Amino acid sequence: MKVRDTIEKFMNGLFFVCGMVSIAMVVLITAYMVISGLPAIIEIGPIDFLFGTEWASTAADPKYGILPFILASVYGTLGACLIGVPVGLMTAIFLSKIAGKKTAGVVRTAVELLSGIPSVVYGLVGAIILVPLIMNTFSLKNGTCLLAAILVLAVMILPSIISVSETALSAVPPEYEEGSLALGATEMETYFKVSLPAAKSGVAAGIVLGIGRAVGEAMAVMMVAGNVANMPSLFTSVTFLTTAIAKEMSYSGGLQRQALYSIGLILFLFIMIINTIMGRLLKKGDGDKK
Amino acid sequence: MNSSRKAWNNAVKFIIWFCVVVTVALLIGLIGYILIRGVPYITVELLTTQRSAINGTIGILPNIINTIYLILTTMVVALPIGIGGAIYLTEYAKNRKLVSVIEFATESLAGIPSIIYGLVGMMVFVQGMSMGSGILAGSLTLAIMILPNILRTTQEALKTVPQSYREGAVGLGATKWHTIWTIVLPCTMDGVVGGAILSVGKIVGESAALLYTAGTGYKLVTNYIQALGTSSGSLSVMLYVYYQEYGEVDLAFAIAAILMVIVLIINFLAKFVKKKLKKG
Repeated sequence: MKVRDTIEKFMNGLFFVCGMVSIAMVVLITAYMVISGLPAIIEIGPIDFLFGTEWASTAADPKYGILPFILASVYGTLGACLIGVPVGLMTAIFLSKIAGKKTAGVVRTAVELLSGIPSVVYGLVGAIILVPLIMNTFSLKNGTCLLAAILVLAVMILPSIISVSETALSAVPPEYEEGSLALGATEMETYFKVSLPAAKSGVAAGIVLGIGRAVGEAMAVMMVAGNVANMPSLFTSVTFLTTAIAKEMSYSGGLQRQALYSIGLILFLFIMIINTIMGRLLKKGDGDKK
Repeated sequence: MNSSRKAWNNAVKFIIWFCVVVTVALLIGLIGYILIRGVPYITVELLTTQRSAINGTIGILPNIINTIYLILTTMVVALPIGIGGAIYLTEYAKNRKLVSVIEFATESLAGIPSIIYGLVGMMVFVQGMSMGSGILAGSLTLAIMILPNILRTTQEALKTVPQSYREGAVGLGATKWHTIWTIVLPCTMDGVVGGAILSVGKIVGESAALLYTAGTGYKLVTNYIQALGTSSGSLSVMLYVYYQEYGEVDLAFAIAAILMVIVLIINFLAKFVKKKLKKG
């Protein structure tokens, strides 16, 4: 009997420890990002760091302004959403409302496969197909640019937007739609004016998830965006927050390396804000159903 | 119905179909293009040799082995912790507040981008604990990254086990741990396996988190213990390195084709397990 009790207590403790690992890891990651990221921000000066428009980390008189990276990440994400959100939403409406069981199964498998494709593969195909295409279409010297990154990211965020929105749209009570149809609205009018507003929290969560993916993507962007620290415009080579870290990490040292950690901290803050918004939206979405 | 309303309806219908066709065509186009460009370069030599200037061979055998080492080591670390955490949340935890904090932490981990994991993994494991880049540092980094996947899928599977099973076992005099080990866990095996398969997919496709933790080495290291501390590039990482740094497009596409086949197999397996779960 005594052995049994000891085993019980031991297993209880063991599972408790396993449960706490998630919390410990979040604390560890946050602590490391803050401790390693802050010194360079303080040394460079927060204003110069965040709003400086020039990044020249290897120059004789180094400049550490990351505004180009921040703007490139923001524009890249917005651009990707501009394309990815409408396409994703339409596909989600199709999957949850219009498609028959078989067709929905096929499309859903396609979406799952899209989400399973490694980001380096997206990057490779983007670099080999999209980049030359952009270069020839707009007669540029070099096709690696913000537009290429936007197009690749738009495809990469599709699965997140589709799957979360579809779940939200499927959870809309059928009575709402039946009521609308009975009042003489067409099916399309019902989906856009009744179902979509009813599922708005969940759909918003899907879009925010897509935003998080786009902000955090590194390798695919690295392969198509050119990685020059220009202030972003559609046809110039740009560096995102993520690619700024990945690009220079291998050969950096001293303040340059610390500045990379600081970029990591800024990226981390962006992501945490996005995560919090998404958590709120999902909770609100659950509340809507009740 | 007046004509403008009719036109709107038809236009919307057309746009929806157009978007669906675009989504599916993108996938088919991607898979087709990668296979067409990559498969011709998948040769026996590629799969069975290592990159060597002396022998004149360009092989990816070391990277295949590295990928397998990474999968196994990551799973050995992440599976017990993930399953244990899920058991705590669904079976033991009584404090609602603690449960919601753990769930929030898990959600946060799932949302952190892989480049941040790479950065922290490099600081903590490679430098902080001076493991050097290698399979061990890479696997530990990946283990934190896939922990939310395993925890969540296990938790979902645990929730589907009927409460009456547990009550029955306890009624027969079983202790809590005995109930979990003999009744609850066997019922959740399919869910756990499904989650593990999807996690393998994530590991195979990962690159940003591994670049500075597992490294980009392409020398064949057959000794597992030695590989733990030796820079070892996985297939995805080497795709990037070969394209971006060596400019070897054909080799990159050959690796991409292999990755696509693995993704297809993993997706099929996960579906198969899910279907079995529904029947059971």
